[in-house]
Amino acid sequence: MLHAIEVSFAYRNGGPAVVDGVSLAINRGDLVGLLGPNGSGKTTILKLLGGMLRPRDGSIAFEGRRLADWPRREAARKIAYVPQETYAPFDFSVMEIVLMGRFPHLGPFALEGPADLAVAHEALEATGMSAFALRPFHTLSGGEKQRVVIASALAQQPELLLLDEPTASLDVGHQLEVQQLLSRLNAAGRVAMVLSTHDLNFAASLCRRLILVRGGRVLASGPTAEVLTPAAVRSLYDVEADVHMHERTGHLMVTPIARI
Amino acid sequence: MEQVRGRLFVTVAGFGGLLLLTLVTAPLLGTTSISLARAFDRAMPFADNPDAQIFFVARLPRIMAAALVGGSLALAGAIFQALLRNPLATPDTLGVSSGAALGAMLAIAFHFDFAVAGLSSVSLSSLAGAIGALAIVYMLATARRRGLSTTVLLLAGVTMTAFFSALTLFVQYMSDFADTFRAVRWLMGALDVGSYAPLLAALPLTAIAFAMVAGLPRPLDLISLGADAAAARGVNVQQAERLALVSASLLTGAAVSISGPVAFVGLVVPHIVRLVVGSDHRLVLPASALFGATFLIGCDLVARTMFAPIELPVGIVTAIIGGPFFLWLLVRRT
Repeated sequence: MLHAIEVSFAYRNGGPAVVDGVSLAINRGDLVGLLGPNGSGKTTILKLLGGMLRPRDGSIAFEGRRLADWPRREAARKIAYVPQETYAPFDFSVMEIVLMGRFPHLGPFALEGPADLAVAHEALEATGMSAFALRPFHTLSGGEKQRVVIASALAQQPELLLLDEPTASLDVGHQLEVQQLLSRLNAAGRVAMVLSTHDLNFAASLCRRLILVRGGRVLASGPTAEVLTPAAVRSLYDVEADVHMHERTGHLMVTPIARI
Repeated sequence: MEQVRGRLFVTVAGFGGLLLLTLVTAPLLGTTSISLARAFDRAMPFADNPDAQIFFVARLPRIMAAALVGGSLALAGAIFQALLRNPLATPDTLGVSSGAALGAMLAIAFHFDFAVAGLSSVSLSSLAGAIGALAIVYMLATARRRGLSTTVLLLAGVTMTAFFSALTLFVQYMSDFADTFRAVRWLMGALDVGSYAPLLAALPLTAIAFAMVAGLPRPLDLISLGADAAAARGVNVQQAERLALVSASLLTGAAVSISGPVAFVGLVVPHIVRLVVGSDHRLVLPASALFGATFLIGCDLVARTMFAPIELPVGIVTAIIGGPFFLWLLVRRT
């Protein structure tokens, strides 16, 4: 559904390329992990795929049409984005935050009707946050906020969900919750997902495909089991690591040994 | 959960009703009591009718000025707070007010002697100062390719305020006593406009600004949670931010050209309104405009009557009410 061909991007004119000739394809229902060290361009790639940034070179096409040619709101009905952290400077309730996801369907002048409320409730249910609907957003914990923002993205009724480090700053319990939530949503609603993460084991247990990025370039991509090797971890992070199958979970496990 | 349609109706009806009540009551209240019947008595010639003179010349333009200035400043404050993602922003934060003050100071010190369409040279110069300040902030904010940076805007605003204030003080220090006194009085903010001309002159700017604001409330809700997230939901962030910046600055400039800088209305009113209607800007923006008008008419009523026969500049009253409120807000937030 989404094809990036030789995409490059720099934040300043004539500045260094943060993303450098990246090609990738995301298919319907995909669950793709974007791995790479700090500053490798993961977030920038996500923003390019979401149309928030425009490539300097190369092209990104969504459903066969250049992403830049999609009217913003039309694109937002297909592609949603969950930032790493969301700060609300005003006292919005959880429900109000989720209803903001209806913007691409309504525009600046239309008010939400019963149908929009139903979609919002459904999204809250899917993320297990129904009981929080009337709570002030800023009183929630990090994990709860993350689930509300995911619900808000689901209220866009997207076909592709882009998530920037969805488990960063979450404890292991909340990490597992988000992991199960994403896995469930992907299986049930056929929402394709691309997520960036630093957590190799999180990626290994959730993602069917991995894309390894370093210095704004794609080092390797393919099915998780084929891509996630000790050699890949070494070239990605300069870290010596063991990669083995965990018997109880049936997923690959990465154990870092030493910095090279 | 109540739907926004119903809440919007209740909000506009409630705050609109309050404003209407204030608009009708305020011209009747003052140090001299007047009779509405006699003020509207067509049989009596205007020159021989003190009630009509007080009503139509002394009070009504002043109250309409209070409504226009209060509504504009409160709306501008609410927009700046959303645009800068900072609940402590005010119409003064970006240096528009201090630019206007410099313009007025120059007009007073150099005895600019012109008037256009009933607008005094001081009003016109303050408007020019406000627009000049906005132009500088706008250029700074859009110099980088990727839209407005909130941090750059805030820092630029604070710097410009200090810079313009220093220039104002410099001109003030170099000018003679009478001019300095006039300037100080202007800086206190006062609504004794004395005629309808300044209002009519500011009205087109205010109307343009209101038209620009019409489609902004929902985009501002989304932008307050982050520009990238808003863009990903289909908001044209760059366009919305520019509209917000220009409209709020126009509102501020138009208001300041009528009354001089009136402190704290733009900060306090949106916060009071949020306590009542919540944070949805589709409710906050209209409610701020309506309640800002009501609030300033009320403050001006206090200014007119509290120390009669002395009429205080309204800026003193708003700051005396606004100052403690601001401190309470700061303490409550932390």
